[in-house]
Parts: sequence; C-alpha cells; structure tokens
Amino acid sequence: MRPILMKGHERPLTFLKYNRDGDLLFSCAKDHTPTVWFADNGERLGTYRGHNGAVWCCDVSRDSSRLITGSADQTAMLWDVQTGTQLHTFTFDSPARSVDFSVGDKLAVITTDPFMGLTSAIHIKNISKDPSEQMSESVLVLKGPQGRINRAVWGPLNKTIISAGEDAVIRIWDAETGKVLKESDKEIGHKKGITSLQKSVDGSHFITGSLDKSAKLWDIRSLTLIKNYTTERPVNAVTMSPLLNHVVLGGGQDASAVTTTDHRAGKFEAKFYDKILTEEIGGVKGHFGPINALAFNPDGKSFASGGEDGYVRLHHFDQDYFNIRI
Amino acid sequence: MSVVVSMDEIRAISERLGVDLAKINLDSIHLPPGDDMGIPSDDEDLLKEDAMEEDQGFGNILVVDNLPVVPKEKYEKLEGVVRKIYSQLGVIKEGGLNMPVDPVTQKTLGYCFIEYNTPQEADLSKEKTHGYKLDRSHIFAVNMFEDIEKFLKVPDEWAPPEIKPYVPVEMLQKWLTDDKARDQYVIRSGGDTEVLWNDARQMKPELVYKRPYWTESFVQWSPMGTYLATVHRQGAAIWGGATTFNRLMRYAHPQVKLIDFSPGERYLVTYSSHEPSNPRDTHRVVLNIFDVRTGKVMRDFKGSADEFAVGGTGGVTGVSWPVFRWSGGKEDKYFARIGKNVISVYETETFSLIDKKSIKVENVMDFSWSPTDPILSLFVPECGNQPARVSLVQIPSKEELRQKNLFSVSDCKMYWQSNGDYLAVKVDRYTKTKKSTYTGFELFRIKERDIPIEVLELDNKNDKIIAFAWEPKGHRFAVIHGDNPRPDVSFYSMRSGTNTGRVSKLTTLKGKQANALYWSPGGRFIILAGMKGFNGQLEFFDVDELDTMASAEHFMATDVEWDPTGRYVATAVTSVHEMENGFNIWSFNGKLLYRILKDHFFQFLWRPRPPSFLSKEKEEEIAKNLKKYSKKYEAEDQDVSLLLSEQDREKRKKLKEEWEAWISKWKRLHEEEKMEREKLRDGEASDEEEEYEAKEVEVEEILNVEEEVIPFEDSQQ
Repeated sequence: MRPILMKGHERPLTFLKYNRDGDLLFSCAKDHTPTVWFADNGERLGTYRGHNGAVWCCDVSRDSSRLITGSADQTAMLWDVQTGTQLHTFTFDSPARSVDFSVGDKLAVITTDPFMGLTSAIHIKNISKDPSEQMSESVLVLKGPQGRINRAVWGPLNKTIISAGEDAVIRIWDAETGKVLKESDKEIGHKKGITSLQKSVDGSHFITGSLDKSAKLWDIRSLTLIKNYTTERPVNAVTMSPLLNHVVLGGGQDASAVTTTDHRAGKFEAKFYDKILTEEIGGVKGHFGPINALAFNPDGKSFASGGEDGYVRLHHFDQDYFNIRI
Repeated sequence: MSVVVSMDEIRAISERLGVDLAKINLDSIHLPPGDDMGIPSDDEDLLKEDAMEEDQGFGNILVVDNLPVVPKEKYEKLEGVVRKIYSQLGVIKEGGLNMPVDPVTQKTLGYCFIEYNTPQEADLSKEKTHGYKLDRSHIFAVNMFEDIEKFLKVPDEWAPPEIKPYVPVEMLQKWLTDDKARDQYVIRSGGDTEVLWNDARQMKPELVYKRPYWTESFVQWSPMGTYLATVHRQGAAIWGGATTFNRLMRYAHPQVKLIDFSPGERYLVTYSSHEPSNPRDTHRVVLNIFDVRTGKVMRDFKGSADEFAVGGTGGVTGVSWPVFRWSGGKEDKYFARIGKNVISVYETETFSLIDKKSIKVENVMDFSWSPTDPILSLFVPECGNQPARVSLVQIPSKEELRQKNLFSVSDCKMYWQSNGDYLAVKVDRYTKTKKSTYTGFELFRIKERDIPIEVLELDNKNDKIIAFAWEPKGHRFAVIHGDNPRPDVSFYSMRSGTNTGRVSKLTTLKGKQANALYWSPGGRFIILAGMKGFNGQLEFFDVDELDTMASAEHFMATDVEWDPTGRYVATAVTSVHEMENGFNIWSFNGKLLYRILKDHFFQFLWRPRPPSFLSKEKEEEIAKNLKKYSKKYEAEDQDVSLLLSEQDREKRKKLKEEWEAWISKWKRLHEEEKMEREKLRDGEASDEEEEYEAKEVEVEEILNVEEEVIPFEDSQQ
C-alpha cells in the first residue's frame, strides 16, 4: 500500500471530505484555498479561490454539485463544484468553524466561534436550489455552550443537530425549536475538548475524538455510549470504515509541543481499531506532524489523512487488509 | 482586651440615665486627650500581644551549669570568660548574662543564665557548648531555660515503666506467601500512589492498595521489602501490613528531604537541610537516625552543609546521599561517613565512634563497604610525592588488610561484587603527555589468602569505559567500552578454564547501541540498554550461552528495573519526558507482557524480597531437579492461559452479540425512516444501500462542420 502524497497545500490541513460517489476528495487547510482532487490517483483537479482566512471545514452536496466551506475570515461560502465559482457568501461576526448539509441538501448547519465577546453559535440556513434565490438569513440560531463548538452535524431526518466542542459535552438539539434535548453525561463522556465528530454512513451512530486521548462511539438517537477507544495521543481526527468494522484515529501531540528530537516521539500515526472489540489492529505511519483530518472513501477501499505537515496522504488498501481476521 | 458592650446594653444604660440615643451625635464625643478610659485601641491591642509573645517565650535563655565556683574577686574574670565563649555564637542581650551570687558566701553558685536575642541562637550555642570542657573538672552542662519545668517534673523515685499489653502485629511478610508467587511493585503517577501485584500470567497488574497523596515527595521500600516509607513535611512514615497498608510508625523530622534505611532495615536515616538565617552562611544540615521499630531517635547530627560534603572537598552542591553508608549484612552493626581527612565509623550498639575516634586518612576521596563483611575500601588520590592508593581496612580492628599504590591516577571508582567476593577498582590514569586518560582495572579477590590483586587492561586500552557491572552473586562482569557512537560490550570471568585464579575474557560484542548494563538479580541474564541518546534500545542477553535472546525497544525509557527474583523486568518512562509516560513489563527473555500508560509517571519500584533462607546446597538441588518442580507450575500456567483464552472468547462473543443488537435496531429504524428521507430528497430514491450502477452514457457532440469541395478528377483523362 504505497500512499500517494498529495502536495498542494502550503499550511496544515484542517478537513477532508469525499463526495458520495467517492471519486472526488475535497481538502481544507489553513491556507485559504480549498482544493479538490481525484480520489483515485491524487491528481489535483482544482481550487476554490475566494476565502481570506484559514478554511476549517467543508461539505459537499449529495449530487456533488455544491460545496460549502467555513472559514476563519468569518464567512461560509457556497461554491459550484464543477466551475469553482462562488455562488453565495454567508457573513458572520466571528469565524465559521464547521459546516454540514442536511439530508436533501435544503438546509445547512454552520457553527461560529466565540470571538470578541461573542459566544459561539450554531446557525441553520436554508439552501436554495437556485443560487440566485439564496437568502442569507438564518432559520434558527442556537446558543448556549461555553467555548468553541468544533463540529455540528444533522441527526436523523434533519430533526436534530448534534454538536460537540471544547466543553467536552455532546449535545443533541431540536432542529425545529432550538432546545437542547440531550447532553452527554459528564461521568462517562469525554474529559477534555472534543476535536472531531463523524457520523456513520447510515447516520445511526457517530464517533467523537477528544484531546483526552480517547474516541467514543455513540448512538445518534439516544446518545448512549456504545464504545470507547483509548490511545496514547490526543485525538484530532476520527473516521469509520463504511465497509469493515474498523475505526481510524489520528492525532499526535499538540502541534505547539512537537519536539525536534525524533518523529517517533510524536506518534503521528493513523491508528486502526476494531470497532466492536475496541482493540488496536494496526497503524499507518508517514506524517511528520499531528494528523488533523481523516476521511474514508465511501467504497471503503481507500482513505486519506491530512496532517499538520501540510500533506494529504492517500492510501489505497492492499488485498491483505480485507482479509484481516481477529 | 477591650470590654465589648452590646447595643442592647447601651440602650438599657441610656434609658437608665435618661439619655435619648437618637439625639446624640456619636462623632461629637471625644475622649479627653491623653486618657483612653481604659479602652485599648485596635493597634495597641496588637502591640501588646506582640510584646507578650516575646516576654512569655524563654526559648532564647540558656542555663549553663558546671561553672567554676569563684569568690567575688574573680567574678569579673569568669564573667569575661563566659561572655567570650557565648558571644561568639550569637548576640547576648544587653544585661543578658546573669551569674547569681550566694548572698552569704559571696561566691558564685556555679551556674549562669544567658539571654540571646533569638531562640535560634540559643539553640545553636546549646548545641555547640553542651559538653564544652572549660577544664578537666568543669564540663559545661547547657540546657534551655524552658526545660526547667520538664526537669522539675521528673519524679524523685523511679517507677517501673508500664508494660504495655502485647498487641500482635500483622504478619508483615505476608506478601511473600502469595500462592501464585507473584511480586509487588509501587508506582507513583500524578497524585496517586499504588501498590500492585505483577500478575504476569494474566498479563496485567492487580491492585493491592491505592491512596491519593500518600506521600509528599517520594516513596521507598525498605531493603527487605517489609516497609514502604513515605515522606512528608513533618517527617517520614512507614507502612506495611498483611493484606493492606497501615501506618506502622512515624518519624518526626521537619522538612525531611531524603531518607535511607540500613540494610537490615533496623534503622532509618533522615536528612534535611535548612536555609540559613544569614545568607552568607552555608545551609544547616540535620540528620536523624531512628530505630525503625520503636521510632526513637538513636542519634542526631547537626552541622553546616560543608561538614557533610564528601571527601571534605566542600563541593558546592553539598551533600552526596547517603551521607552514612552502612556496612553489609543484616546486623546493621556499623555505619560510616567521610569527612575531611577522616573516615568516621560508628557502631550501632552505642551510636558512637569506634574507639571514640575517626580513622585518620589524609586526603581520602572515597570509600565503600563490602556488601557482606565489615571491610572498608578507601581511595586516596596522589598528593605531593605520595602515590595514590586503594586500601582495604577491617572494622572494628581498623587494621589494613591490603593496600595497592597506583601512579599517575586521575580518578578511581570501586565496584564490589554483591557477595563481597571481589572488588574491582576502575583506575583512570593519565597518559604520558597528561593530556588524556586511559582506563585499567585492579581486581581484588577478597576471599582468597592474602587478597591477590590482578591487573586487567582492555584489548584496546584507550577505550573509554561507559559502564561496568558485576554479575550478582556470580564471578562475571560486563563492561561497555569504546569511543564511537556504537560501543563494544565485553564479558569477563574471574575464572578461566581450570585455573580459578585468573581472569579471562568470555566474549566481546561489537557495535552495540548500549550505554547501561542491568544484570538480572539471579545472574546469567543481562540487559544491554541504550538509554537517553539511544532512545531506549534493549537487548536481552544470555551470558551462559553468549547469545542474544531478544532485542526490543521501549522508546524514551528512563529506567530499567529487574524484579527481585529475576523473572521480570520493568522499563519505565518517568516524567522527565513530557510524553510516553508509563511502564512496560517484560519477561526475563525479552517478551513484552503488558504495558501501562500513566501521565505524570514519577516512580516505579519493585518490592524487594529478603534473602532466601535456603542453604546453598538446597538451592543447587532445586536447580538440578528443576524439571520435576516446574511441572506443577507449567500445568497451572496452562490452565490459566486456557481460562484466559476462554474468557476472551466469551467476551468477544458477548461484544459481537451486543453489536449485532445495535445494528439490527439501527437497520429497523433506518427502514422505518426510509419514506421520510425520500421525501426530504424530493422523491429521489434513498439509494444509499443499493449498489450503484455504472451507466455508460454516449455523448455525441458536433465539434465542427466544414464543407470542402474535392475537385473531381477525371480518371479517364
């Protein structure tokens, strides 16, 4: 499994996203240009120019026609995937951290950071089919949690929104009324800030990665803790294989504490765990900085990792991988 | 103290006097100047208390007894003498020297009072002058004035001490009778201290006792593992018990910094150093030697840090621990410390110097005890035209057993073999140019007649020696030598073939990533470890077979510790590194058994075991019939591993089943919501689960239409 090293970003990677067909890979980095790549051979297809700050997150519509990006320049932008033209810009008063399209792509949830006295917030926007009719107003704004909200995604049937962030609490909000329906238990939940959250393919469960050196698997409806994966490093990124019962955790020591002594010290590995037994199966080395982003191809036959080192590594699995038995 | 009057009382009084309280402007009331009507103001109150404290405390007054009794004429002279002695040690208060005179005879009474400015000064001069010999018949007896009351309370008649009823003590060695013959260790991480069983069969530790904030700095096992000592601000404490850890004794020693047990765990030495009141003075050092079981102070030593610096060289860093080194063996008979040009050897029967004087050795640099016998080895460096020498001294006779003169020596290090059979002295000598040094070894055979000495030089004598270690209880030693980044490791034996009196080389391993040697306590096996710069390389080596059993790595390892039986090894990364903190447990042959990660990991210590009671013959017999004895344990091992795999299978099965339950629930819900999802997608089929088809779409595009007239050529032409 020789990885394809995709060079193109000049700053640390922040997010990776495959489209539904698994032929395109979108990457966001702290440089200002989200990039789209061929997911098969890692060739660069194009960039989306227009942001004026680090891009934290992106999502692509089901038909791969629209891309939404959230950036530290206090905007979220809608793009035409094919032409790279800006369709619409949502402006906020603070950096946009996370974006997610709903089922049906008619709604998007955008989170903004606490900034200059403003608290963090979750915004719900209508997304029009025709970009010329796109409105900027939020349908609903959710506020309450302290600290940054690192990720917010839609729950089943767009009825709920699941958010997680620096306060280590996972919340389920009612997407209609904006009320908090459930909060994760402090005792069993994460002990430190949650850095990443990823839904399963069918949207029935999700996994969270935290700086407390663990990842946890939750039921999306009842917020029941199902599994706990412990590792030796703060977890920056998590993803689940759509094909096998595997979970991948990425992370490493804090970027500001990376030593210059030995790359092994940082443990910048993507660690594979058995989803059910929560046992470590293996690891994929290569990055020389913490891993900030992970994504599985929807076919489950390849995955991509993005690191603080500014590289995206695209790994196509060998046949052996599919024969692992434990 | 002011009299407090409550508002109610004031109202009552005003009513009685017929004064309307509401009409009085309180601010207009003034006391006549210079009269406070007996009401002390707040700050006056404070002043008074301060003064009282000083008046009450007599901690700064000494009583000096056994002064000569002199008539009036000589009073002034004696006072002068006393003042001279005591004003050296502190500032005597004005009129603070008071020598009472008998009103009848006009002679002094043979004692006097001295008042210092501070209790500290009084304390120090009591320390210094108690037992001071003014002349043959006048030896000062100095006491604190405060203690008079204590002495008065001493009853005139001796009463037999009350005999306390016997309270059976828990069996403190219970851990040795573990039916699985496991060993214990203590770890300290974060604020927690835990004692754990090393359950190698189950590949995990089992908790014995855990306590947060058990100690304020570190913990330490006693040499035979009976007690665990903790260190606190007020002193040290020891813990032990049959099943759990109870506090057995406390040893008061404020601000104790270091502790050390005697090898027979009868005595505990505690050490503290105190900031001097005058910044130009050196730190004051206090050492106490406690009896471990009774908790009594057997002897204390106080002085400046300089006095306790090794070799009298007065190193800036001060004291090297342990200050007192104990002679070998369980008897704890002697302990010694090095001073300027002296070695002071004390015996524990009286806690005083042997023959009441120290051994005078000019310029002595270093000394060490034989681990088993009362023999001291000393090293004296070159001085003037005297050569450097290493000598062995028998205690208590102080007789020199053997001496060896050495020339052009830069440094010496002494290594005793654990049975006290051999002593290796590593000698660094200057080359002729005096620019560099080279190293050789002097090997003493202590147990042989006349203690023969052999000189050993490495094949390449310019090699730098990185590490040296004796095989415990054995006759071999290992040396890491060489200058390049991958040094060589050589093994030597004190025996060679038929000749038991000659040292011989066994082998040299070239180019190893090692800079530290860790012999198994049982001998034969050794770990060649590459610490620090080598990032924790470990090589498990069998010296009998001269074969590497395994190579491994514990990244960034800072510590390697064999368990007392030599069956397991622990390697740890302590909090000197920020990350990777935790420990690994290995089998003796280099198989990783389990690893535990703990943030802020400070200490890992195996609980030591007392020496075996088996005789040498018995041990040999067991070794010979090992197969027979081991059968039982092998069967047990197999049972455990079967049980484990069975449990593991069960667990996996359960997990799988639980997971399946979740999956089916999710599938059902997913199915139920299918229609709604479709609606959200504007009727687009919810085809997430369906295999997606690759459709070939033919697209025809007309790029260009061009008409060209092709000239018709008549072929008939």
